[in-house]
Amino acid sequence: MKNLKIAVSALALSAAAVPASADDIKIGVISILEGAFAALGQDGIRGVEMAIADAGGSVAGKDVELIVVSSDASPDSAVAAARRLIEQDGVQVIVGPLSGSEGLALRDLSRSYPEVTIINGSSGAQDTTLRDPSENFYRFGGDGAQWMAGVGTYAHDTLGYEKVAIVAEDYSFPYTQVLGFMSEFCAAGGTVPEKFWTPIGNADYSSVVYSIPQDVDAIFVALGGSDAVSFLTQYQQAGFNTPIIGGSITIDQTVLSSDASFRDMLLGAPAGTPTVSDFDSPEWTAFSAAYAEAYPDGLGAPSIFAHHYYMGGHAAMLALEEVGGDLSDGGAAFRAVLDDLEFVQPTGGIMRLDENRNGIVDNFVIEVFEREDGSLGTRAIEVVKDVNQTLGQDLETFLAAGPVSRDNPSCP
Amino acid sequence: MTLFFVVTLNGLTLAALYFLAASGFSLIFGLMRTVNMAHGALLLLGGYIGWSVADATGLWALGVFAGGLGAAFAGALVQIGVLGWMQGDELRQTLASIAISIILADLMLWIWGGTTYQVRTPDWLSGGMRIEILGIGYAKVRLYLMAFALVVGVALWLFIQKTRIGAVIRAGVDDQDMLRALGYPINRIFVLVFAMGGMLAGMAGVIAGSALSIAPGTDLQFLLSSLVVVIVGGMGSVGGAALGALLIGLAEQYGLAYAPTYAAVVTFVIMVVVLAVRPQGLLGQAEA
Repeated sequence: MKNLKIAVSALALSAAAVPASADDIKIGVISILEGAFAALGQDGIRGVEMAIADAGGSVAGKDVELIVVSSDASPDSAVAAARRLIEQDGVQVIVGPLSGSEGLALRDLSRSYPEVTIINGSSGAQDTTLRDPSENFYRFGGDGAQWMAGVGTYAHDTLGYEKVAIVAEDYSFPYTQVLGFMSEFCAAGGTVPEKFWTPIGNADYSSVVYSIPQDVDAIFVALGGSDAVSFLTQYQQAGFNTPIIGGSITIDQTVLSSDASFRDMLLGAPAGTPTVSDFDSPEWTAFSAAYAEAYPDGLGAPSIFAHHYYMGGHAAMLALEEVGGDLSDGGAAFRAVLDDLEFVQPTGGIMRLDENRNGIVDNFVIEVFEREDGSLGTRAIEVVKDVNQTLGQDLETFLAAGPVSRDNPSCP
Repeated sequence: MTLFFVVTLNGLTLAALYFLAASGFSLIFGLMRTVNMAHGALLLLGGYIGWSVADATGLWALGVFAGGLGAAFAGALVQIGVLGWMQGDELRQTLASIAISIILADLMLWIWGGTTYQVRTPDWLSGGMRIEILGIGYAKVRLYLMAFALVVGVALWLFIQKTRIGAVIRAGVDDQDMLRALGYPINRIFVLVFAMGGMLAGMAGVIAGSALSIAPGTDLQFLLSSLVVVIVGGMGSVGGAALGALLIGLAEQYGLAYAPTYAAVVTFVIMVVVLAVRPQGLLGQAEA
């Protein structure tokens, strides 16, 4: 009886695995499909799939096979996922990871595997590419600070906020976002009296809600996924109405699409992001339409994650096409193509890299609005063109300010 | 000073939620010595079912009921279908329940997606209630949550202490073999207890979805908090679960308000201290 069971399960397993031919090109994808960021990670996968489908699922006559591995937002899990992809599945190209500190970990890991090319998904920590970059780690997109370009100035000069408190998750990406916001906001004369750093996956924010000083003009919230939903819900339940300024993944389609009671509170809230849900450009309209057609159950519009994983996947496909799908030289030719690659990104601008292999991007100041069908979307108020990683500042001065942390920058 | 009271109130309400989640976990362990690692998954399943029902019918109370019932059913299935086959082999049961938890989590991600859900509360539960002494508004849903946990706690205590079936369960905790020898259908009692644990978890899930929010990951978060709560309070006792929940809920909120950076550490420090000083938990009985 026992043997029969084993035989049946073995049979079931082998039937499920479709044999891949040796000529297939395998692309590994690392995304977060569990925990607080699962909705974001799911959308990232959609992005890569769209990039592969755009190329007809094959490159230079070879079929492309995606191998998706989940991480859980921790650096260790991303490293384990990458090791698995490289050592067990033998991939030479990885698209991912999703979250800030994971990106830092994979940059370090990439040094031990010089024949593997890692193309960042959506992780946005600053030092992944700014300080001590790695030859085979690419980011076709910006970091968290670039994604906030324009917001600090808008909040101070246009909305007239002078004093802003900060609530953000305690890891590298929100640090970087806060830097992007504060570098403009403080330069314009605003102050940030207090910052609240909370652990990822925290569900009960009520004590933070009541600790926020009453005399601030607005709260800058840099929380992602269910953390953002929890905070905003509890903030609204407690009956406060201080305006919100959102981080890039706070005011994102994944949060706006959730069924929650804080919707009205967010109307008109500004945020910075490279991805606008309702952006009137032919490229974006086509991209959104393709997304909606391929994923009827997807979000109301492609999120920042679908957008960035798409760009990672797209860059990989373009470069693979150029080298005829040949990675036998350890990917050297492939990376040479990536270095100089330029392509039109879904929001219309030209994506290109700086010497540290970090994207120079167009960024948007957006606000939340209600669509005619009652769902929430974001629309662009302002476009900031050609934002580089030093936010237009001189590289030396920018580096001299030191790495971002809980206490840096500071302007109480 | 106001902040202190508000944070205390937050701690109490969070403790109420932790108690609801942990009591079922503790009940199952108390009787069967099974560390049911799928408890968090049952909680999330109940939350999702409750959300779906409340969303479809517009009746919040029906959602809580359906969530509890759905998770009770799933809990009974887990015991009948998997864990019942390895009764008495606790390590194997624990490992199997981890597998069930992972499978359930993926199934739920498949069905409900990764979006964060918030169960809409009826008007009488929404918004804030003015607390005059403190001069602040406080979320009504959290105040009712405390009352609900109190009712459940008392009901559970009465059930265990005062009813015949409760007496059988208590007898099972003390001496399973004797109970079996006396001809009680112990396997059916196991299924019943598992269903009850599932029901408590499922209701806690819907309530967590109303007061906070539910998303993939909520399962592990509550599994972890339940584990910590019963380790601190003592496995298998309702009072222990209540005390543990109180300690952990308050510690978490004070931590978050006064030292947000180190909030995550506080709970584990408490756990480590309890394990070092009183390994069976504050109200737990030492193994004979």
